[in-house]
Amino acid sequence: MGIDLPLLWALIILFGVFMYVVMDGFDLGIGILFPFFPDRTDRDVMMNTVAPVWDGNETWLVLGGAGLMAAFPMAYAAILDAFMLPLVFMLLGLVFRGVAFEFRFKASDQSRHLWDKAFILGSLCAAFFQGVTLGAYIDGLPMLNRNYVGGPFEWLTPFTAFTGVGVVAAYALLGCTWLIFKTEGPLQDRMRHVARPLIWVVLAVIGAISLWTPLAHPDIAHRWFSLPNLFYFAPVPLLVLLVTFSLIKRVGREAHAGPFVLTLCLVFLGYSGLGISVWPHILPPDITIWQAAAPPQSQGFALVGALLIIPLILMYTAWSYYVFRGKVRAGDGYH
Amino acid sequence: MNIDALLLARIQFAFTISFHIIFPAITIGLASYLAVLEGFWLKTRNPVYRDLYHFWIKIFSVNFGMGVVSGLVMAYQFGTNWSQFSAFAGSVTGPLLAYEVLTAFFLEAGFLGVMLFGWNRVGPGLHFFSTIMVAVGTLISSTWIIASNSWMQTPQGFEIIDGRVVPTDWLAVIFNPSFPYRLVHMVLAAFLATALIVGASAAWHFLRGNRSVAVKKMFAMAMGMLLLVAPIQAFVGDAHGLNTLQHQPAKIAAIEGHWENTPGEGVPLVVFGWPDMKAETNRFAFEIPHLGSLVLTHSWDGQFKPLKEFAPEDRPYVPIVFWSFRVMVGLGLLMIALALWAAWARWRGTLYESRRLHKVALVMGPAGLVAILAGWFTTETGRQPWVVYNVMRTADAVSPHGAFEVGLALVLFIVVYFAVFGAGIGYILKLIAKGPHPFEPPLPPPDEKVSAGVATSSRPLSAAITDRNVHFGD
Repeated sequence: MGIDLPLLWALIILFGVFMYVVMDGFDLGIGILFPFFPDRTDRDVMMNTVAPVWDGNETWLVLGGAGLMAAFPMAYAAILDAFMLPLVFMLLGLVFRGVAFEFRFKASDQSRHLWDKAFILGSLCAAFFQGVTLGAYIDGLPMLNRNYVGGPFEWLTPFTAFTGVGVVAAYALLGCTWLIFKTEGPLQDRMRHVARPLIWVVLAVIGAISLWTPLAHPDIAHRWFSLPNLFYFAPVPLLVLLVTFSLIKRVGREAHAGPFVLTLCLVFLGYSGLGISVWPHILPPDITIWQAAAPPQSQGFALVGALLIIPLILMYTAWSYYVFRGKVRAGDGYH
Repeated sequence: MNIDALLLARIQFAFTISFHIIFPAITIGLASYLAVLEGFWLKTRNPVYRDLYHFWIKIFSVNFGMGVVSGLVMAYQFGTNWSQFSAFAGSVTGPLLAYEVLTAFFLEAGFLGVMLFGWNRVGPGLHFFSTIMVAVGTLISSTWIIASNSWMQTPQGFEIIDGRVVPTDWLAVIFNPSFPYRLVHMVLAAFLATALIVGASAAWHFLRGNRSVAVKKMFAMAMGMLLLVAPIQAFVGDAHGLNTLQHQPAKIAAIEGHWENTPGEGVPLVVFGWPDMKAETNRFAFEIPHLGSLVLTHSWDGQFKPLKEFAPEDRPYVPIVFWSFRVMVGLGLLMIALALWAAWARWRGTLYESRRLHKVALVMGPAGLVAILAGWFTTETGRQPWVVYNVMRTADAVSPHGAFEVGLALVLFIVVYFAVFGAGIGYILKLIAKGPHPFEPPLPPPDEKVSAGVATSSRPLSAAITDRNVHFGD
């Protein structure tokens, strides 16, 4: 023995999914905000803030899927079995969203509105069903003999619909603060106005999920509210409040990057809150990362690559963001 | 699991992967073509290469976007529709896919932004480097996914413990017997398909009277590529076939429509016919005696295992394998013929004049893509009834869904793919029809477009852009 391979892999996948959530989160958020910004020039600017990077952002989702298949094939099979329909809806949403980046700039003036709509609906659909899947995942998967045994619509509940809306709101806030960071002038001012109500909505969503999950799942209640856990985990909700209020204070002022960074903190706190509720189960409520692990020959082989290559990926991804740093302006026409 | 849901799942996979493979095939070919064009531009400073680069990169970007989104679907479909396969063999295919993501997808995505939008933002050397990284990424990507597919065709380097695959030797897994042949065959096919598309685009412009230097250059490059690669592909294809005979004899028997051996006699080559699975014979067959023996055993009377020596439940569906193989080979021979014709025309000095040549080159535009699809139909249908050859049957690999969910997903995929990718292919054709033009660097934004509050601060950037353009020597 020695290295706890399932633990390392769980951390890598958690990291990959988090990267996806924040990075594609602000891409999708831009699509969600599109309906409030009907002007074509504004939309061009909004889209151009992510045109050079969206593809890399989305790749973290592929890493999440591939990493799960490599390290926890049983969990990959069960999760994709259980959530086939919401995931198919999410993928179709991402299809529309992804092609809209290119097609919108290639379309004639008469048909451009179609790809604007594809961008909006695709982003909304992808975000909503990611939230639905997340909610259904927290609710747990009925398993028997390493196989998912729930029905095809097990994922459809009031709670999952709520988490779907919650993720839409969180992505909208990410997109909004990203645009405060990347735009200027009147467009930036309007983003500041949109941000304020969004922050309250996101705070309400976080609060509601924090109450709903322990009420519905005694295990989760026990995880949070038994002693001494209560003391260890108390900083999470306290930090959520702290970050939210400093976000509220800063968003209306001169700040550029600040609100985005604070939103990242907020998303990270929410994400770690969910992690605390579920850990160490990869298939809640019963199956742990060790039970679902691939053979060590598989996890070890893939781990070498992951540990060597992920730092490189982070470096050239950072370089790409650096090349396209600064404010995006009307007429910067990447296309 | 009922048979309807299995059939629907198979149709869905065949449909989504067939649509998908078109885009990466063009991506692989165009990325390398763009790297060559940019390299020539930097070396010779001949503006025709720069203009062609900026023409093809637009098509590349639309195509790449479609490849990304249709590929994302594939990465999840292994689980949504084939969860039993993933639970059983994910310990092998999962790490291979993870390596593909880590070494290829991120590389392509990371440098794509600079390649597409960075012409005025980084120096020429760094831009060229980005193009090369994207091209290298496409080739690395092919390597991993072909390793994974080839392992399913000719699996080795593993044990089955507790009903799951456990890899024991990763080098044996990756370098499985059919991997090198399939990889070279596929990459060359991507180059051929792209050369045919580039050639057809040039031919279309010739036929419309556009005889610009750029159009001539791309026609000459495409036909040269075809002449270089098409004959090599025939050689590689033959070697791939012999490899298949050794490792997947049932597939070869189906390809050849070879039902039984007559003791002491050579095997004929069935040129055409209709394989009848029930009667275990070919109807309306046109055969050339001994040619089958010659091609596959390189001897006059050599024999190889016929279909009747496999139990009926272990045979693939012969008509698809038989016919898709003939479509692929037939198109390959036409490609060689076109390449030779173009070479002859070039020698005679009529490469840019012969309307008949241009018409044929135009018609052959999609031939490479059709051949790729036909080839994959041959090899994937020929692997049946196995998902992992001789290890796991396709019927045991499917997810335990009902026909309703699978059917719903299938209908959605069909509607969305035709609408979205139909539109995308339309945009690509429109871009091709515009033709290459002298590249004009993007002008600084006119002041009236910039809102008043921003105008002052935008000037330094505009200046920077202008400076860069000068620096680029336009």
